[in-house]
Amino acid sequence: MKDKSIKTLKMFGLGFLEPLIRIFSGEEPAKNGKIFFTRALLPLLSIFVFIAIWHAGAMALYNSEADARIEKAREEQGEEAAIAMQECIESGDISCQPNTLPSPAQVYGAFQALCQDHQSISEKKDDFKERVSETNEQREAQGLDPITYTGRPSFLDQIGTSLKTVFAGCLLAMFIAVPIGIIIGLSPSLRTSFNWLIQILKPVSPVVWLLLVFMIVKTVITDPSLDKSFIISFISVGLCAMWATLVNTSMGVSTVDKDFINVAKVLKLNIGQNIFKIILPASLPLIFTGLRITVSVAWMVLIAIELLAQSPGLGSFVWEEFQNGANDSNAKIIVAMFVIGLIGFLLDRIMLSVQNMMSFNKGMA
Amino acid sequence: MQTQLQAVPTMPEPVARPDMLVCQDLKKVYPTPTGDYVVLDDLQLSIKESEFVSIIGHSGCGKSTLLTMIAGLNEISGGQIIVDKDPVREAGPDRAVVFQSPSLLPWLTALQNVMIGVKQVFPSASRAEKEEICKYYLDKVGLGNDFHKRATDLSQGMQQRVGIARAFALKPKVLLLDEPFGMLDSLTRGELQDVLLEIWQKEKITAVAITHDVDESIFLADRVIMMTSGPYAKIGDELEIPFERPRNRKEVLEHPDYYDYRAYLLNFLNH
Repeated sequence: MKDKSIKTLKMFGLGFLEPLIRIFSGEEPAKNGKIFFTRALLPLLSIFVFIAIWHAGAMALYNSEADARIEKAREEQGEEAAIAMQECIESGDISCQPNTLPSPAQVYGAFQALCQDHQSISEKKDDFKERVSETNEQREAQGLDPITYTGRPSFLDQIGTSLKTVFAGCLLAMFIAVPIGIIIGLSPSLRTSFNWLIQILKPVSPVVWLLLVFMIVKTVITDPSLDKSFIISFISVGLCAMWATLVNTSMGVSTVDKDFINVAKVLKLNIGQNIFKIILPASLPLIFTGLRITVSVAWMVLIAIELLAQSPGLGSFVWEEFQNGANDSNAKIIVAMFVIGLIGFLLDRIMLSVQNMMSFNKGMA
Repeated sequence: MQTQLQAVPTMPEPVARPDMLVCQDLKKVYPTPTGDYVVLDDLQLSIKESEFVSIIGHSGCGKSTLLTMIAGLNEISGGQIIVDKDPVREAGPDRAVVFQSPSLLPWLTALQNVMIGVKQVFPSASRAEKEEICKYYLDKVGLGNDFHKRATDLSQGMQQRVGIARAFALKPKVLLLDEPFGMLDSLTRGELQDVLLEIWQKEKITAVAITHDVDESIFLADRVIMMTSGPYAKIGDELEIPFERPRNRKEVLEHPDYYDYRAYLLNFLNH
């Protein structure tokens, strides 16, 4: 029971909880307490230190910006204006707040505001649904499309859209990269002939991919009912992120253990059996390592691509807030930054668990 | 098979068995930047049906090369290898190989590892029949309780047992063993030698075992073939081991001729 739960935790990347379980089952409390301290509490401590430094830094920036404003008012309008400015800043009035790096408290406030915003928007949505439900039934009976809510999406909706885009992009990357990787991996001459092309295309910037996809999609897709910006952004994400999977798959396929190949030869497996029974299972661990890199690259380029493709999502949220310039915009951008980081971390952990499940070499070493 | 089982214990040495495996003027050349490296040259070897032969020689003398050539996994540079009247052109399940490393497919269970070969050799058999063949051989190598264990969950020795079961389940004409116990500790090695001989006693498949363990070669084989050191390796000498079968380790070790054979082999290897 204990060993099993430890194994499960490790598989999901929660190995730092292992000593805690051992303590609860009464196993060397002193030693495991120390391990838990180094593996779980120290990282937490470092986060607190980070927040403290951030807070101090934000305060310093705030003060220097405030001083600059007062000084400016004094130079341009005289002593009286300077005193008025100082009072205005101290009173916390929005109109004269220094606009600089937000402090942790401000960011937390912005986070709460975003949550509230989400709540009020979903209430509005439910309300809207109720109001149009009758009309929609009638429209459905007449064979018309139902009326949908077209208001502003909340922050959580944006996260959902971003995840959808990344998911679609990674699926696309998988469906392109894995088959091509297998074909290239099987033949050394194909591998050499494609190698340069891959090496040249791999480092191309996400922005350029986006423009390229835009050129093609614009001409190919003429149906206005399709969500063009979503299509463009997920294809670009897929194209940017697929290289790791492509290279890893072809490497996995071309470096299958020679013993397995010999087994296949002695058993006289045909090409199909050889690929599906020997080569593919043998290269699965490397393929999934590649997919894990693909997912993290996809999440990283997504923000830039959404920003440029003007498709809804976290990227456009950040850009809109930056353009918006409201007094809590900076704090909201930082909230988005942490959310992006956390989701990226979670995605990586999920892929790591999948990768661990796929690797069969653990027991062999 | 039935007639063989009765015949062997009563007849000490079957007189005129046909040749199962013949190597004629066999040559193996590896091209290198500095010119051809001749591993085997002008090698002649013939092995009779149901004979167990072990090949002994120094590391790097080309005994593994010879075995992989018989298996069809290594190109023949000159001469030919004939198995049951047909020249060897490519690998095939009529020449089953037990590799030095168990070479099990780690994502399959013990049963599936044997099954993948059985499916190839008996495509027309029913699912139940195939399963029975697999289970029979796994049981014979002492894995009766581990059919559904993953290959990675088995110890090295158990994995090699599956390797042996996989080879026998193919019902090959020739069984090729490439230092099959080289990676095992000496206790496990002894156990597996017993398992191998026990199952071989029933099947009487022509077998060629590569080894560099003198005791192993004597215990397993009817005839020990000594290879000279490469390059240009060939058969240096041969030694018949007429011990009765089925063999028992203790009896073999206590046999008055055992140490003479051993000394003879060691003498060859040390020159």
